[in-house]
Amino acid sequence: MNNISVYLEIEDGIVADVSLELLTKGRSLANKLTCKLEAIAIGFKLDGIGAQVFPYGVDVLTLADDKRLFPYTSLPHTSILVKLYKEDKPQIALMGATSIGRDLGPRVSSALFSGLTADCTSLEIGDHEDKKAGKTYKNLLYQIRPAFGGNIVATIINPDQRPQMATVREGVMKKEVLDKNYKGETKTLDVAKYVSDSDFVVSVIERHMEKSKVNIKGAPIVISGGYGIGSRENFELLFNFASIIGAEVGASRAAVDAGFADHERQIGQTGVTVRPKLYIACGISGQIQHIAGMQESSMIIAINNDPSAPINAIADYIITGNVEDVIPKMIKYYKKNTK
Amino acid sequence: MCIVPFPKFVASEIVNRKYKLMYNYMGLKIVVLAKQVPDTRNVGKDAMKADGTVNRAALSAIFNPEDLNALEQALRLKDKYEGSTVSILTMGPGRAAEIIRESMYRGADDGYLLTDRAFAGSDTLATSYALSCAIKNFPKVDLIICGRQAIDGDTAQVGPQVAEKLGMPQITYAEEILSCSKDKITVKRRLEKGVELVEGKLPMVVTVNGSAPECRPRNAKLVMKFKRAKTVSEKQESSQDYINLFDTCPYLNITEWSVNDIKADADWLGLKGSPTKVKEIESVVFQTKESKRLTPDDFDMESLMRELISNHTIG
Repeated sequence: MNNISVYLEIEDGIVADVSLELLTKGRSLANKLTCKLEAIAIGFKLDGIGAQVFPYGVDVLTLADDKRLFPYTSLPHTSILVKLYKEDKPQIALMGATSIGRDLGPRVSSALFSGLTADCTSLEIGDHEDKKAGKTYKNLLYQIRPAFGGNIVATIINPDQRPQMATVREGVMKKEVLDKNYKGETKTLDVAKYVSDSDFVVSVIERHMEKSKVNIKGAPIVISGGYGIGSRENFELLFNFASIIGAEVGASRAAVDAGFADHERQIGQTGVTVRPKLYIACGISGQIQHIAGMQESSMIIAINNDPSAPINAIADYIITGNVEDVIPKMIKYYKKNTK
Repeated sequence: MCIVPFPKFVASEIVNRKYKLMYNYMGLKIVVLAKQVPDTRNVGKDAMKADGTVNRAALSAIFNPEDLNALEQALRLKDKYEGSTVSILTMGPGRAAEIIRESMYRGADDGYLLTDRAFAGSDTLATSYALSCAIKNFPKVDLIICGRQAIDGDTAQVGPQVAEKLGMPQITYAEEILSCSKDKITVKRRLEKGVELVEGKLPMVVTVNGSAPECRPRNAKLVMKFKRAKTVSEKQESSQDYINLFDTCPYLNITEWSVNDIKADADWLGLKGSPTKVKEIESVVFQTKESKRLTPDDFDMESLMRELISNHTIG
């Protein structure tokens, strides 16, 4: 009872990275709260799921296996989670901030009247004192996220309602196997008791899923452009530099919103989180929501016109100048010194 | 048990044509949910006060971008299915009537402003409760369309939560509503990793992605027609010169609803009705690193590149 529950996202029988990252986080929260870690798999042909998730320290795996549960649709997955949460009363429920988690989470939270915080960048356990009501709450989930377009960071709590629900984007938490021989228990649900025919009013009639062509998350070097780059054409300079040094190109939200770069390259709270060994920020001022997605880079170089750009605070090297002057020089001296 | 199989590759064009013929004369009642938001994308240096709170006065208020994409989808259905109407529903302060007029200039038929002090401090769940009560005020609604998320919160929660509160199914991340009839709606969804074509029954809640077509511009005739559209509060504040106009032209009245008008329970609104609480807000001060400042001159650039190469950061 009162465990931590993680909803598993599954495609082609493979558990998504974001779910494994949440299991890793869930395991450490469970240790702190001395409770169990549960995982819920809803889909079809789920035989291989246990072997994938137990090494992350899952104590209880619940399977809802039925042909009608794949591909994902909102209502049957909501019905199963709502009923399961009512039965098992988890204190914390986590899911990926993906197109599935962001469709499912709000609906489940509305049905349970439990609060949900989207796109958390950090989850911690802490206490809360409500001075007005004279109440103290122990061991709440602090759901921490940038808000207001990334200009502030808010800590959100759900003092009274359970489960405390949060979604987290892929790459924000680290994925780490706990013990490859970890053993948990598997429970199989009688799906018919959890869904009704009326849950299947929306059906998927065609589906094309593709693996993303851009792999920013795994790139050892990321060169990122911001609004200061000025145009899609100017981004070519970054692509050119990237191809020479073996890097991927990322972008800030402002650059993506302005149409300079594609959405899949967006780095930050509402994009991808990266931890490369080198991050080169070009023409990026450094809003919190961007910094949330790259601050754990081993080394950061900031190139900016503005000597007081906020990003400089976290940079190892600050180059004050025009990107179009600096990058060609970097290319020139890279080539000169690697020959 | 009725199991709907997933027939592959239904040609959307054929689907389109068939429904156009069958349902051309049945009007849809569409409600678009929209929000006026601070323009967080163009935040200047004065957007934050010294104490770390947001300086709202320094931010302009705009029509939430994805709600404009949603409005366009609604207007396209109105164009396609004769007799359809598009109503705008928004919750906010009196000033939010601006986005209702903006919607009328682009083709919406009428507007409803949900405004009451009791709404202040609502989280997404309390907001969704209020909106769902307001929607129940409409005699008949076939389709509720809204933007996927608002740029001030980026939560994407209100659409699905409104759907749940109304007991309606939902289709999120819509890029295009391909067809919509009395008993069937076909929607193309744009997901992070692909595209899906889904089908469902009305009534339905659809949330629209920013990748959907942009909203049409203002129509000059409609601007002329609706430029004096006002809420009751705005009428009271304005001069009385053309007050009779609102009786002769009822379409100029923007409906204003309070908590009582939508028969909402105050316990479920505002801070009280919000399960999530903000414990703390910080304007982030970064842990300042010991950084090295460089100039773009050749000497600095060459020594930087040499250092990066020699410590195997690159190359």
